[in-house]
Amino acid sequence: MSTTSNILVVGIGGQGVMTATEILAEAAIALGHDAKKTEVAGMAQRGGVVSSHLRFGPKVQSPQIAPGEADVLLAFEAAEALRWRHMLRPGAIALANNSRLVPPVVELGLFDYPEDPIAAIRAAGTDVVAFDATSIALELGEIRLGNTVMLGAIADHLPFPADDLLACVLRRFQRKGEKLVELNRRAFEAGRAAVSDAASAA
Amino acid sequence: MAAVMPAPAASRLFLSGNEAVARAVWEAGTRVAAAYPGTPATEMLEVLSTYPDIYAEWSVNEKVSLEVAIGAAYAGSRAFCCMKHVGMNVASDALMTLTLTGVVGGLVIAIADDVGLSSSQNEQDSRFWGRFAHVPVFEPADSQEAYAMTLAAYELSEQFQVPVILRMTTRINHVKGLVVVGERASRAGAGFKKDPARFVMVPGNAGRRIPLMFKRDGELRSAAEQSPLNYIVAGSDRRVGFITSGPAFEHVREAFPEAPVLKLGFSCPLPFDKCRELAALVEQVVVVEEVEPLVETELKARGIAVVGKEILPLQGELSPNVLKPAIARLLGEPVPDIPPAPAKVFPRPPTMCVACPHLGVYYTLSQVRNLNISGDIGCYTLGAGHPWQAMDTCVSMGASMGIALGMDKGRGESDKDKRIVAVIGDSTFLHMGMQGLLDMVYNKANVTVLLLDNRAVGMTGGQDNPGNGRDIYGEDAPRVDFAKLCAALGVKQERIHTVNPYELPVLFKTVRDEVKVPDVSVIITDQPCVLIKDYHKLKPYEVHDDKCTGCGNCLDVGCPAIHVTRRGKQTKASGREVDLAFVRIESSVCTGCGLCLQPCAPDAIQHYVPVSPIKLMTKGGCAV
Repeated sequence: MSTTSNILVVGIGGQGVMTATEILAEAAIALGHDAKKTEVAGMAQRGGVVSSHLRFGPKVQSPQIAPGEADVLLAFEAAEALRWRHMLRPGAIALANNSRLVPPVVELGLFDYPEDPIAAIRAAGTDVVAFDATSIALELGEIRLGNTVMLGAIADHLPFPADDLLACVLRRFQRKGEKLVELNRRAFEAGRAAVSDAASAA
Repeated sequence: MAAVMPAPAASRLFLSGNEAVARAVWEAGTRVAAAYPGTPATEMLEVLSTYPDIYAEWSVNEKVSLEVAIGAAYAGSRAFCCMKHVGMNVASDALMTLTLTGVVGGLVIAIADDVGLSSSQNEQDSRFWGRFAHVPVFEPADSQEAYAMTLAAYELSEQFQVPVILRMTTRINHVKGLVVVGERASRAGAGFKKDPARFVMVPGNAGRRIPLMFKRDGELRSAAEQSPLNYIVAGSDRRVGFITSGPAFEHVREAFPEAPVLKLGFSCPLPFDKCRELAALVEQVVVVEEVEPLVETELKARGIAVVGKEILPLQGELSPNVLKPAIARLLGEPVPDIPPAPAKVFPRPPTMCVACPHLGVYYTLSQVRNLNISGDIGCYTLGAGHPWQAMDTCVSMGASMGIALGMDKGRGESDKDKRIVAVIGDSTFLHMGMQGLLDMVYNKANVTVLLLDNRAVGMTGGQDNPGNGRDIYGEDAPRVDFAKLCAALGVKQERIHTVNPYELPVLFKTVRDEVKVPDVSVIITDQPCVLIKDYHKLKPYEVHDDKCTGCGNCLDVGCPAIHVTRRGKQTKASGREVDLAFVRIESSVCTGCGLCLQPCAPDAIQHYVPVSPIKLMTKGGCAV
């Protein structure tokens, strides 16, 4: 099934994982692909693990990506990148926001947060690019831009041009005014740059 | 939800199974739709409430929602009702007699099975209801089919005057795919025509309807044999042929693209001849069905040789990854490589929200000794987890009441001094808890009930209910007064208390006093869910590091905005060594509920003073 692209987006409930995947799906559909999107989300609205699968191509059957078959992993949180690393096919890349969200079970001392999740991914033999999407968003003045930063981060790792994805992102903000469109354009480009800078530094 | 302009016919939309069903229900000219929220079914009614020219309602429970739909169908209008799998357990009393009267206007019942238990207390197979109630079952495999089968279900429903079950699973309800939509056909209600022999199910009348039901079974089976929803996909690899339905069909096609497959869309009554037709094409037949071996058992009983749950799991979702090794073993082929194992990472169970009013309740319950706590279903089920561990049972909607009564009456020697507490949310109480409370009062229980009124069905996304004074459209609706309701059920006035769960000393004293009273008490907590518009944010707090002593008391509240910055150890005067945890508050998400500062001895938690003008994420518009 090499003609089907498998994009895995992971994070924590409330971070905007599903919205990001939705926009990726819109971009794929606009280019004429068949697409299916499915989530594995925990029972509460917030705080649990969320993994969103997007598959697109000429014709998609099963909506789920099998372990070892994801073409790219976009992680909104460092430990979540490590949790889902095994889903990548050999040679595929992980793109990870390296900011940490520590859950109450760790705060209570019941479990440990991995010392360096990004290093653990590398040690497992997976190519990973880490960047701080949260800080980038805050520098642009609005933490909610983090979602667009993440989409910018994956933009050069898709089987279609980054501009097609950017157009889909900006379309969402068109009705909310030129200022927000411009901010999101900057957030998108900042995400792209963060990945290419981190990749060339590594 | 406010009505929006529906997308025009022939649009190609990216829809979830739930959105696709809602669109088809609307296009079918359905006039009445009712449901109680339940994952993964909730969005069907939410979306329907945005369409024009259809009456939608949140009902108090699934049984009432089905009865509303039945009434509309008797009146000759097309009707719709949907629920999660366990909802049909509640509604089944109506279903089992509805099958005898049948319907006039088409009636489709969508049941969403939570295969894989993403958000449920059990995993059950709703296809059983088709067999049990002698009604047809359709099983879509993706969004486009969910749409098309809903339209087909209305036609079948009216052709045979029978309700039709649309069996969905999480992997249909919540998966998005492309759907081409059509026009709405407007339909007037035919009007209710009195026909006691058909609609008044007393024994004599019902007895005369039963043979008609069996006759209909035969006719439906013939219809299933002819139905275009059941078809064979040709394949060149004839070693194994598959009989499958629902999402399992997609997995089979993905895993074995060359194998012949019988796809069952109209799966009950089972089209035996169609199954034989597939069997004749292949060396052996494997039935691939999620959860129970229903098709498999029926085929074996008919003498059709198939393999099924001997090689496939009875629990959880199927996937190409599950199917490929099972079939390889069956064929005596080398089993494909096991996919890489996931890294060991801490679990991240769902948490209660920052400032959730339930935090105060569970902090309090965790501090009161000698309790057996009978719990219920909602966000507050999370109270069973860390750090509170303040819920001891959870079974079904409203069960906290009856189980508490039974724990009281059935006390063993070891719990003769235990206090029995029941915890239930507002919507669950109205769903099926009220009757249990009445039973407790009537039978003179010694139970303290905590009724957590957060004015929303929180777990499923904050839907409105009779407890918050708004209907599905967000319009004003009569609001139930819980204190008066409990009094009307017979709870003594002096045993009913309404408490603000953010005022820990008051809540603690009320709980401690009431559990000592050998009677039925009800403590109502009255603060709204933090995710609904009734909630108002306050100024956030921060921890003054120089004052924090690392006692960790604030962590026992369980708010996810509190984080440990460093740990330490201290030796007390008694020589006992204690662990220290110094904390900070994530002020950008803190909404100033003030729970954590109440157990803080050194007053280390104070209002946040921003050092730079970072814009905080606020929805309610708090001043910072």
